[in-house]
Amino acid sequence: MADKNLRIGKVLGVNGNMVAVEFQDKVIQNEVAYVVLKEERLKAEVIRVKGKRADLQVFEDTIGIKVGDSVEFSSELLSVQLGPGLLGQVYDGLQNPLPQLAEKYGFFLKRGAYLDALNDQEKWEFTPKVKPGDKLRAGQALGSVPEKIFEHKIMVPFSLSGECEVISIKEKGVYTIKEEVALLKDASGKNISVKMVQTWPVKEPIKAYIQKIKPKDPLITKIRIIDTVVPVAIGGTFCTPGPFGAGKTVLQHLISRHAEVDIVVIAACGERAGEVVEILEEFPKLVDPRTNKSLIERTIIICNTSSMPVAARESSVYTAVTLAEYYRQMGLNVLLLADSTSRWAQAMREMSGRLEEIPGEEAFPAYLESRIASFYERAGLVKLRDGHLGSVTIGGAVSPAGGNFEEPVTQATLKVVGAFHGLSRDRANARKYPAIDPLESWSKYPSFIESEKVVDAVERLKKSKSVEQMMKVVGEEGTSLGDFIDYLKGEFFDAVYLQQNAFDKVDEATISDRQKYLFDFIIEIMDKDFSFESKDKARRFFQELRQIFINWNSFAYQGPEFKKEEERLRQKLLN
Amino acid sequence: MQKVYSQIIQIAGDVITVEAEGVFYRELAQVDTQEGVSLAQVIRLDGKRVSLQVLAGSRGIATDDKVRFLKQPVMVSSSEHLLGRIFTGSGSPRDHGPALTNDMIAIGGPSVNPAKRIVPKNMIRTGIPMIDIFNSLVESQKLPIFSIAGEPYNPLLARIAMQAEVDMIILGGMGLKYDDYLFFRDTLEAHGALSKSILFIHTASDPTVECLLVPDMCLAVAEQFALKGKKVLVLLSDMTNFCDALKEIAITMEQIPSNRGYPGDLYSQLASRYEKAVDFQGAGSITVLAVTTMPGDDVTHPVPDNTGYITEGQFYLRGGHIEPFGSLSRLKQQVNGRTRSDHRAIMDRMIQLFADYRETLEKQSMGFQMSAWDQKLLQYGKRFEKELMDLSVNIPLEEALDLGWKILSSIFEPTEVGMKESLIKEYWPKK
Repeated sequence: MADKNLRIGKVLGVNGNMVAVEFQDKVIQNEVAYVVLKEERLKAEVIRVKGKRADLQVFEDTIGIKVGDSVEFSSELLSVQLGPGLLGQVYDGLQNPLPQLAEKYGFFLKRGAYLDALNDQEKWEFTPKVKPGDKLRAGQALGSVPEKIFEHKIMVPFSLSGECEVISIKEKGVYTIKEEVALLKDASGKNISVKMVQTWPVKEPIKAYIQKIKPKDPLITKIRIIDTVVPVAIGGTFCTPGPFGAGKTVLQHLISRHAEVDIVVIAACGERAGEVVEILEEFPKLVDPRTNKSLIERTIIICNTSSMPVAARESSVYTAVTLAEYYRQMGLNVLLLADSTSRWAQAMREMSGRLEEIPGEEAFPAYLESRIASFYERAGLVKLRDGHLGSVTIGGAVSPAGGNFEEPVTQATLKVVGAFHGLSRDRANARKYPAIDPLESWSKYPSFIESEKVVDAVERLKKSKSVEQMMKVVGEEGTSLGDFIDYLKGEFFDAVYLQQNAFDKVDEATISDRQKYLFDFIIEIMDKDFSFESKDKARRFFQELRQIFINWNSFAYQGPEFKKEEERLRQKLLN
Repeated sequence: MQKVYSQIIQIAGDVITVEAEGVFYRELAQVDTQEGVSLAQVIRLDGKRVSLQVLAGSRGIATDDKVRFLKQPVMVSSSEHLLGRIFTGSGSPRDHGPALTNDMIAIGGPSVNPAKRIVPKNMIRTGIPMIDIFNSLVESQKLPIFSIAGEPYNPLLARIAMQAEVDMIILGGMGLKYDDYLFFRDTLEAHGALSKSILFIHTASDPTVECLLVPDMCLAVAEQFALKGKKVLVLLSDMTNFCDALKEIAITMEQIPSNRGYPGDLYSQLASRYEKAVDFQGAGSITVLAVTTMPGDDVTHPVPDNTGYITEGQFYLRGGHIEPFGSLSRLKQQVNGRTRSDHRAIMDRMIQLFADYRETLEKQSMGFQMSAWDQKLLQYGKRFEKELMDLSVNIPLEEALDLGWKILSSIFEPTEVGMKESLIKEYWPKK
């Protein structure tokens, strides 16, 4: 071979998506390799080396591979392209743009077909921010281009260590991502040509920042039960485990639409393709109230659905988090929603089984916990080198086998996340949305509502639940009127505040001001002493109150109808 | 000339191992035994050692039997002549007709690019009120029927097949009792639907490995017809048998089991089949209905559990009827807003009242006092069960909605049902 960097090997065996390869001089752990067939080159990753034998996980169907087929090693770790043009894209787990693949190959995903993640023809208007002689470090901006609604920073490649000096920088003008925009001299005196695009290995966190900071500011999701009872912090982590049909995906979709962040990265990892299609259809039409632009402009979708190759599913969450970290480096708040991390864990399990590793619980590999932990650890609020803050918040859906939270993936996740939103089958069956169990779930982050008030409300909810349990045994007849009113109050709080109507344009998302306003009103009702002649009267009163309150929830905040309905509520309470 | 290997070095379960060269992964092979010829599929390559799962099972295979590799993957014909025909799990004729060898396609092809999918929007009417009103079936949906042994799931499947408005039906039987196979065949024939059907049948007495090919055969053929513009309904019964066959092979291959002996890739295996359900823009569609029997009526068993995470809802068949609670069509929202203006309201309200009825039943069984409202609910529940839930009811959606109003109006006052006034005005039957 003319190219001395090209190292080759030969296939020794095939077992599912694992291929064993005999190599000649050396291999690099986790480097990308290609299995060369007559018409296709199948992408793979080295995942284990034993003597002269390397085990590869192939990101494609392995049908047709023969013993003796040749394999080429690339010397590169599995990487993604980072640069302007990522926003609004739909990628598979290896960052192949799916719409472009569809354009070229039609209905089906053609094996071995890979396309560039970014369009190298598109021109971007570059504005330099530095001048020759400036000293910079990795991650600092050399200039910027406008991308959708953001100022996309073109940064010193993250892989450079130490300080480097700007030798030359292009003038303001339009360039493609393949053109050089700056020439730098690194610490060792080597010249480095910088383009608008850089590559980064997905399994490596980007660390071009000064330090990580403890997350404390709430991330507003506009889902009342989350923001008030089990809040999420900007730069924090949360998980939503739940059995099938509990509404994990609906919840994630609503969060992705309404969360007050700059960018949302959605990783559809091993779930139904149809759900992604809904996002693809909806998002371009929905308007982000913060920017008045279409939602798709702030969204990146990584889509490796359940029937797509399983090894690429494993890498899809890393691809997603790397893109999230990239935009964080520009001082933006990024939210990554992964649905579902269980499928990712299962992909690891499949591979581990083929490698014949000694299994842990439920045959998951022993390194399951550490992998989950290091994934969630890539979230965080960081102080960048230019002094700005940027963040990645990670929310992972978990699909526990049998809906049982005791299983390894849920347990390993609970150890590392800051908030737990447990979805309950009972609440889902009772059509209570969101089906987050307010008593089982927890959060380590502060809410924007004073914590004493929240604790107090949760206590009342507990009391209501215990009365309800008791009533199942002794009947309504055997319950005192006081207890019964406590029960009704809890039910009322649940129905009008913790539950939201996902199909109502107004009620599906509640801004923080409105949440505070509503919550204070509810506390007022909770604290009020009611006296009723009978339980029936009490029930009727709360039913009617609830009806008005639910109406109230669907009126625009502080609008005329809102005020009118509030007046009705206050009148009702006086009587 | 094809090379013939005549030294089988290992036989374990239904998997044989030979030493051979130039074999590709998942290649089809032919094994000549004293009992006849069987097909086999390569499932692992390890140096020269080639492991094959023998479709007809390994019984009677001698270590010096001849193995011939056919240089092709498992294929199935996709010609129009398949219609009206019945095949075994490996694709050979079961009905004494000729074998078909034209338009051969490989089974288990690549998945559809998500960017090419569209949001489904056509309802498939079945004439079963519990489906049409409460959990509408949608074209390109994948939906399992969760059931237990002894429930009439095959008759239900057959009825949906007969009544659904589709262009053709592909039935995949896995571990089907011979009687059930005859039942399906005769029902299709009696309704004159056999000519638009294709059957791939693996019966309980056939070799296990053949069972594994059934879903792929059905779906590969379905895909070809859908691409030609046909609305295809694929019926699979019973997917639990398919999973058990997967388990058997996995254990034979000494794979580490995950839950209750099932292989760790059970989810991916099921998903790669179910996700074949699709609506091709500008062409036809594939809708998949599959029976999944739940061992011990346990929905947390790995097979129904993994299935539920993949499919777009589920029907529970219990006590001879489709259970209104737990049953769910995740796609119903896509279609039931465009049928009749009262569809969603009737769906929601009748189910809520039925839930109240169930609660009242519980209260009654615990000896609590029955109020006048409770009495009404009891009356309502009985009629709901008899006139709408019973599986023998066969009426179009509009009639079923009218019936709903009739039941409501004969028991409740208009103010008691809690529906929008405009609907009451339009639909409440005048006395």
